[in-house]
Amino acid sequence: MKQTIVRNVAELPTFGFGPRSGPWWGAMGFMALEGMGFAIAIGTYLYLYAVNPTWPIGASPPDLWPGTVEAALYLLSIIPNEYTNRVAQRQDLPRVRICLIVMSLIGIVLLVLRGFEFAHLNTRWDNSAYGSVVWLILGLHTTHLATDVGDTVVLAVLMFTHHAKPRRFSDVTDNVFYWNFVVLAWLPLYFLLDWVPRL
Amino acid sequence: MSMAADDRELRDESLDGLQLSAQLERIWRTPSGLLGALMSVDHKVVGRRYIVTAFAFLLLGGILAMLMRVQLAGPEKTFLSPDKYNQIFTMHGSTMMFLFAVPVMEAFAVYLVPLMVGTRNIAFPRLNAFSFWMFLFGGCFLWISFLLNVGPDVGWFAYVPLSSLQFTPTKRADVWAQMITFTEVAALAVAVEIVVTVFKLRAPGMTLDRIPLFVWAMLVTAFLVMFAMPSIMVASTSLILDRLVNTRFYDSSSGGHPLLWQHLFWFFGHPEVYIIFIPGTGMVSMILATFARRPVIGYPVIILSLIAIGFLSFGLWVHHMFVTGLPQLGAGLFTASSMLIAVPSGLQIFCWLATLWDGRPVYRTPLLFVLGFIAIFVIGGLSGVMVASVPIDTQVHDTYFVVAHFHYVLIGGAVFPLLGAVYYWFPKITGRMLSESVGRWNFWLAFIGFNVAFFPMHILGLIGMPRRVYTYTAEMGWERLNLLSSVGAFIFALSFALLLANVIYSLRKGARAGDNPWNASTLEWATSSPPPPHNFDRIPVVKHRDPLWADSESLPVVAGLSAERREVLLTSLAEAEPQVREASPEPSIWPLLTAIATTVFFIGSIFTPWAVLWGTPPMAITLIGWFWPTGSREDEA
Ligand code: HEM
Ligand SMILES: [Cu+2]
Repeated sequence: MKQTIVRNVAELPTFGFGPRSGPWWGAMGFMALEGMGFAIAIGTYLYLYAVNPTWPIGASPPDLWPGTVEAALYLLSIIPNEYTNRVAQRQDLPRVRICLIVMSLIGIVLLVLRGFEFAHLNTRWDNSAYGSVVWLILGLHTTHLATDVGDTVVLAVLMFTHHAKPRRFSDVTDNVFYWNFVVLAWLPLYFLLDWVPRL
Repeated sequence: MSMAADDRELRDESLDGLQLSAQLERIWRTPSGLLGALMSVDHKVVGRRYIVTAFAFLLLGGILAMLMRVQLAGPEKTFLSPDKYNQIFTMHGSTMMFLFAVPVMEAFAVYLVPLMVGTRNIAFPRLNAFSFWMFLFGGCFLWISFLLNVGPDVGWFAYVPLSSLQFTPTKRADVWAQMITFTEVAALAVAVEIVVTVFKLRAPGMTLDRIPLFVWAMLVTAFLVMFAMPSIMVASTSLILDRLVNTRFYDSSSGGHPLLWQHLFWFFGHPEVYIIFIPGTGMVSMILATFARRPVIGYPVIILSLIAIGFLSFGLWVHHMFVTGLPQLGAGLFTASSMLIAVPSGLQIFCWLATLWDGRPVYRTPLLFVLGFIAIFVIGGLSGVMVASVPIDTQVHDTYFVVAHFHYVLIGGAVFPLLGAVYYWFPKITGRMLSESVGRWNFWLAFIGFNVAFFPMHILGLIGMPRRVYTYTAEMGWERLNLLSSVGAFIFALSFALLLANVIYSLRKGARAGDNPWNASTLEWATSSPPPPHNFDRIPVVKHRDPLWADSESLPVVAGLSAERREVLLTSLAEAEPQVREASPEPSIWPLLTAIATTVFFIGSIFTPWAVLWGTPPMAITLIGWFWPTGSREDEA
């Protein structure tokens, strides 16, 4: 077929931020399906809660402090996270490097806290269906946490190499975006795991 | 980005004709040799592999079906032992659903959607390659297990407590559950790719109301996959945990509940039917427009129906559980919603009939399959409305009536459109036409064989024959209808043998197709058959819902994309206004390596929980390899 050139896109940029970029939508898609995974896990918890006359089954509720400290830290982490977003948008490499290190450290602290949380659940996974579903949900969230921390660490290292090209700033903002998802997912889970058994 | 570097870059506006094609082909082609083939990220290469693999599983699942039909052809046959029969119907159902029907639809989408929206590759091409490998490895895992006599034997929905450790102490149930994980990972990956491809990679000017109907159908399907499959992932994971580390999800003595399994399974399982059927309707709309020689009537109605079906399909799952003793109000609601979904489905059918009525239909093989689809699917829909009613379902639950119903829906709703699609797009994919005369034989054998095989099952069910029985005695009076059904099944099988012969013959001797052999209207026909590695020399600009009918002489295009590295054009979500020239990934071996690491992890973790520990580092390493920039221009832009 004959081609007629009707417009020229040579002036367009070679990367974009947010909804202008492909990876952002990819992250969005994965967050949607992972969010659905959390919703199903919550549904499972509530189903078991509804069919059992006592809850928690044969255990006392989880100790409050690890989950609470985590929730506080998650909420506070939004501040440096947002700052990372800004400096990445401005393509300010030195600050992005610092921010990624800070975010990696926050992630690692949260992973350690998560270890304590498992230890203070006051139930094993094989005690009862209650224990099983609590471990499942916490495990699911931990997987997300660990994945994002891993991603942040790798990005941090990458930004110290000669690969720290403009396009990578867009990757940084996608990572910021995903972290918000990990934070947001924790809040209902915290309520569910730590407070519902106390209702 | 530095402007200086940009200025030196070779752009497609400074090349023309053959020079441009050759240059783009050099950048976009899959590297040669075995290693090159394993590295391919071309959506057409991956799509073709996906299609062929899914059809190979159809063949395997079909062979199992024939074995069952031999066993059931007469009373008290000993062709298959009860244990083998259990494995075979489970393998048949699981293979057909998870390794054939869903993947084959996604496979066609992987091949066709980027062409239809006028771009150079799918979004996330490496994820796409990874998805294929996961699908392949998961399917092989299931089938090798079967050959080693650890094939699952718990039915395609693996109800607990049957599939619990207590009643299935072998690894058979774990094989089933982990096959699920493999195929769901693969399907979810493709779903995200499709969504992003449709949202961001559409050719400039392809506004929402100019998107081809098959693409719309795949978009809705992708969302269904994204929201349905997490449920079965939670289900299969918790089943494996129950069996491996003694969690108690399904153990009623420790607060668990067997019905939880049914809820989780069917919350996925019902949308699954639509995940299979909606792409089929998309294919139907495309074929119909081409052969009725006019645009499908009611384009917006069809899209709204698709979306309505998508939403409603999440409100139906409980109709698979009517006999579990639900509260009456609940059962009533789910009956109502089950009948409600017949409305948008019916609307679509009316749109298609009107299109045929108003068009000048050319009865070529693809259209025959579409007509066959409409006939069969309507019958399947009627028996569907019947079993949606609780009293009827209570009678026919777990009988051959249900087996008849779902084969009418699945084969009518998906396999017939799919066969039409094979005849329709084969010329695009291979550059050759399939034989039309063999095609007609193929259709009529399939249509007659199918009905002879499955219609009698309705009656068998009504006179009491339960499903999943390996044999029956002569005094039940089921003998003749079963024999008839088996004869029909063999006629049906013969039609597939014809298809295979037609494909093999036509690949070598078929008539040359040319770019647009059917004189169709959508963009995949605007490029050569088969398309070059970069799909289009220049990205088309869309000004009409049926671009090739609006102007069959010349194609409006954009210029300004790179001619020295892989680049695609991103456009805005609704208006498809050009926004960014984004780099598209180069071939890579890492998706394959990641898939191998993931396979080791998945298979290991049905044997020992420690696989989570030693299985994670290889996955992490391969993932880093995958995403780490290689220093090529593609990465450094
Ligand atoms: C080649 C033509 C086919 C024949 C002759 C056939 C035959 C059968 C028969 C006889 C059964 C019942 C087994 C039993 O309950 O004892 C069955 C079950 C089933 N079939 Fe097919 N089938 C065919 C194609 C398909 C296709 C294309 C699909 C899906 C797309 C499919 C999906 C299923 C499913 C899900 C089951 C239920 C398995 C279970 O009970 O766990 N079949 N088939
Ligand atoms: Cu259903």
